[in-house]
Amino acid sequence: MTENPGIASVADLLAHAHAMESEAHERYLDLAEQLELHRNVEVATLFRKLAQIEQLHVRKILDRVGALELPHLSPWEYRWLDDEAPEAASIGEAHYMMTPHHALSLALRAEQRALDFYSSVLEGGGNSSVQELARELAVEEREHVELVKTWLAKYPEPGADWAEDPDPPVYQE
Amino acid sequence: MNTQTVSASAARAYKSDVKPVWCPGCGDFTVLSAITKAFAELGLPPEQVAVVSGIGCSSRIPAYLNTYGFHGVHGRATALATGLKLARPDLTVVVASGDGDGFSIGGNHFLHACRRNVDLTYIVMDNRVYGMTKGQPSPTTEPDWDNALTPGGTGLRAFNPLVIALASGANFIARGFSGDPVGTARLIVEAIETPGFSFVEVLSPCVTFRPDQRDWRNAVRPAPVQPTGDIGAAARRLMTDDGFNLGVLYVGSRTPYQTHRTAAPVSPSEIEQQFAV
Repeated sequence: MTENPGIASVADLLAHAHAMESEAHERYLDLAEQLELHRNVEVATLFRKLAQIEQLHVRKILDRVGALELPHLSPWEYRWLDDEAPEAASIGEAHYMMTPHHALSLALRAEQRALDFYSSVLEGGGNSSVQELARELAVEEREHVELVKTWLAKYPEPGADWAEDPDPPVYQE
Repeated sequence: MNTQTVSASAARAYKSDVKPVWCPGCGDFTVLSAITKAFAELGLPPEQVAVVSGIGCSSRIPAYLNTYGFHGVHGRATALATGLKLARPDLTVVVASGDGDGFSIGGNHFLHACRRNVDLTYIVMDNRVYGMTKGQPSPTTEPDWDNALTPGGTGLRAFNPLVIALASGANFIARGFSGDPVGTARLIVEAIETPGFSFVEVLSPCVTFRPDQRDWRNAVRPAPVQPTGDIGAAARRLMTDDGFNLGVLYVGSRTPYQTHRTAAPVSPSEIEQQFAV
């Protein structure tokens, strides 16, 4: 990780953390709703569970914020390392026939991106309070990465034919 | 705590209780999210916003929003929105469409909406296919797209919406990508803030009938040039555009069309009487 997001204050870092966890929560809810609609109950339930976990993380961040006033940031003013909040699972990778293995792989990549973000803040140096908070948040994200890895180990990768639909969408004249 | 950040929950407040029926992985989910983020960023009261659409997958968007909405007639979204904006200039009117609805069935309305330059924001989710009706080529489909319906491709030149928008007089022209939700939200904010007719093409993959479009993520890139207010310069840029440059192409300074109506508003019951038989 070489890029430094340039987080200058604790309030700035908490604003990023709050947005990151909120986006992750909302994204898992969206994914759960999508999969429920397509009767993929197992994966939908998994996404709901992940949404609940992220909701708890949002609350934990809000506890840290306390009475602190966070800065106003437009969506494009966040200094993410990529196109959007790192912990939000990529919606473009969803598939109506995806399995728990795919869902947890998606979640693992999201957690890893969150960890990378805090690691980049740490490596960026600067304000000691920011560094201390980034270190704590990075530790938490590392725990989440390990948790998802343990979870994922229970769901081996499915065969190459996992997306084979006996009644696929058909091009129609 | 005082969080003034445009949080996901602030944006979610613009979503209705109706759940989208798009295919998982569809780009339109992200466009919906970008629209709500843009509304939240602008702090628009939902009752002061109207989202008008035509027909197609993307045109379902008004149902998924907590604003006023009108799911209109195929291809006629810009005409409906024009009428609404002229009658209620106080509202923020956003039009949502797809490439089939907007450029084929509604192609003629598109030209004249650009020409009239009424203060509207027109978001077209372009997936280069008719998804809702199961995979027929649309005006923006590549001529060599080979599939069961058009073996070897249509051989027809693809419609270039940015060229048409520029030539027809749109006052703001941009292209976004659903895989870049933050960038798309920013384009929508700028489009709404720019007076006149704003056109935003959003490349939005159809993962069901155009699974090849998942690779668009690797094809798009920020346009290497800044927006211009010079039509000639914008036209020259489009000559070398491969359809994957993202960002604002053109911001003009034309005065939006307004009716400057002075007569008192007519009540719905008075209008009803005119049509009574």
